[in-house]
Amino acid sequence: MARNAKIGLVLFVVYLLCYAGFVGLNAFSPQVMAQTPYPQINLATVYGFGLILLALLLSLVYGVLCFFCGDRQGPAS
Amino acid sequence: MIYEPSWIAVIIFLIFVAATMGLSFYLGSRSRSSQGYFAAHGQIPWFINGIAFAGDYLSAASFLGICGMIAFYGYDGFLYSIGYLAGWIVALFVVAEPMKRLGKFTFADALDSRFQSRGIKLTVGISTLAVSLFYLIPQMVGAGALVQPLLGLSHWQGVALVGATVIFIVVSAGMVSTTYVQFLKGGLLVLFSLVLTVMILNRGLIVQQGGIDGHQFRTLGPVSDEQLAKPDWTEQFFFKSSLEDVDLAWSERGYYRIHDSLNNEITTWRLEPLPDGQYLLREAQTVTRTPDGTVLVNGQPKGVRKGEPELHPVGYLSSLSNGKTRTGPLNPISYLQEIYGAEVVQWPSESIVEADGSRTTFYYPKVTPGSRLLMPGNHPTFKGIHSNHLSDRINFVSLMLALFCGTASLPHILIRYYTVKDEVSARKSTIVGIGAIGFFYILTLYLGLGAMVSGALDVTDTNMAAPLLAKSMNEWLFAMISAIAFTTVLGTVSGLILASSGAITHDLLMSTFRLKLNDFEQVRIAKFASVLIGAIAIVLGIVFEKLNVTYLVGWAFSVAASANLPALVMMLFWKGTTKQGVIAAVTVGMVSSLAWILLSEDTFKSVYGLDPSLAIVPFSQPGIVTIPLGFLTLIVVSLMTRSRE
Repeated sequence: MARNAKIGLVLFVVYLLCYAGFVGLNAFSPQVMAQTPYPQINLATVYGFGLILLALLLSLVYGVLCFFCGDRQGPAS
Repeated sequence: MIYEPSWIAVIIFLIFVAATMGLSFYLGSRSRSSQGYFAAHGQIPWFINGIAFAGDYLSAASFLGICGMIAFYGYDGFLYSIGYLAGWIVALFVVAEPMKRLGKFTFADALDSRFQSRGIKLTVGISTLAVSLFYLIPQMVGAGALVQPLLGLSHWQGVALVGATVIFIVVSAGMVSTTYVQFLKGGLLVLFSLVLTVMILNRGLIVQQGGIDGHQFRTLGPVSDEQLAKPDWTEQFFFKSSLEDVDLAWSERGYYRIHDSLNNEITTWRLEPLPDGQYLLREAQTVTRTPDGTVLVNGQPKGVRKGEPELHPVGYLSSLSNGKTRTGPLNPISYLQEIYGAEVVQWPSESIVEADGSRTTFYYPKVTPGSRLLMPGNHPTFKGIHSNHLSDRINFVSLMLALFCGTASLPHILIRYYTVKDEVSARKSTIVGIGAIGFFYILTLYLGLGAMVSGALDVTDTNMAAPLLAKSMNEWLFAMISAIAFTTVLGTVSGLILASSGAITHDLLMSTFRLKLNDFEQVRIAKFASVLIGAIAIVLGIVFEKLNVTYLVGWAFSVAASANLPALVMMLFWKGTTKQGVIAAVTVGMVSSLAWILLSEDTFKSVYGLDPSLAIVPFSQPGIVTIPLGFLTLIVVSLMTRSRE
């Protein structure tokens, strides 16, 4: 399970950096969020959806990595 | 608006209540032991537990509050969706598996697993009760606000009905029935939110001048100061009309009341300045409460039945991009693009107190570009990000930090890790929970924007945006969404009561006061505690009727994150943590966050009714100070007491 904790911490840091970027941009440079990386869809919307989808993706990645790193070998691991 | 009880809604609501109570009664036989009552014997399948996480977590604040905030203020409500979901990352990657490994019944079990300390049990038990009670108040207030218009009950009756139902669910079968109620509610909430979103996209967007009752809000002018100075200026718009006598405060804010004798109609108008120095007159709405308690709508006594004076529903687009008047069905991306290019008519409000003591609230139309509504910073809570004061921006960061850290510190969420058989199931159920909750939060943006342009918004009640959006589609959907919203409250409140009764029974009575209880007595005491907490929740729900729901949820998250997270994280990742360090961190985190909230600008304004400039702390959200303070306290106290241990 220690390996799971390490995987979890790495993925946690990845998400934390993305979340901190979102909060930081909104707080200290909100005009950046008005840019439109896709026609008529601003960065605030893209980044917000991106964070939700990233959470879903990272949780699935974590589940898969834990499966291959330990769960598959049975409870003794 | 006048809400007439919908019989379909009442019947579906009664079916929901009967089903949840029947389920609780049926499952009652499975939870006679304390392990069954508090943790469902650890036998809940991981998928069911995952959806139950969603049912537990997606409270009235998530469903009604976020949809309402997006409907009235745009993107700002979505910030809560993002923050609430981000908290689950902490739960999955940091907390889930250790919680299952270390604990048995309560959150304190996990924190105390290394120390066997009465002090930890006492402190964490109190913190669990404090957080749960803070979280219970908005749920009960929300329940009263919801039942009132749907079933025609008064606020206290609604709160008492919810309280009684929840007490029955919790007392009959504890965690087993609570889990299945939350599972059903979580599944139905996500499913019907998806149905509603598909209908919103299929309906597309339409340019209108008013809401679904058919009333067209008019715009007159432009007019100049010279024209307005003439005593009979109203007659250039209404053939036989005159200005009504109103309080001086009205004209100071640019409001007029016109009596149209030809149609015998009284209307309220607001001057909107134009860049060339002239004005537009926009039709507004008013609610006046006179000192004797009479409520006037647009100057006439408020009606009680349809057809009598009431506020008109609002929420519509005044223009679409490229001069279109309707779009037809849209996909999820083109829907956002069309909103971005459209102009939305918002209905902000302002209040005045007149010379005779009457209080009049004006609701007036304000045309706002969709591109602005899809940016943060429109809601009063988030306006600070456009301010020049650093403290306003720090306040925003602090709130987002509390949302991030709060989820994994909520006791009623954490005890759900004890209901599955092992750590793998705990992880899998969290992943399922993140999937369901994340999907729901994506839908909230569409539900909120759909409500914003549904023509069904009640300007006086943001919490009713989602049910009224459903009503604008059809009566059956309204009935289902309302019943689900009600079950939303049941699911969350039952989880909170269970967490509190566990804290009283195990952390306070058995561990702190060393009461020897056998299995049967534990369950019996827990049931008594549930009734007690339920009764307290009912009283608080009635007493705090007027307090803002979202505001109180913010309190609960800040206190939970400050009191619980530092101790939990450090206990898991730092071997130097001592029991004194844990006790000090929980105490300092809880007390400092509570004190900060009570001394903040928001509380001075909204709770005490005092001048916010008198507030002692520099910004309202405590998390950015009190969460690090909890960590610092734990490290310092642990280092000081390390040798002794």
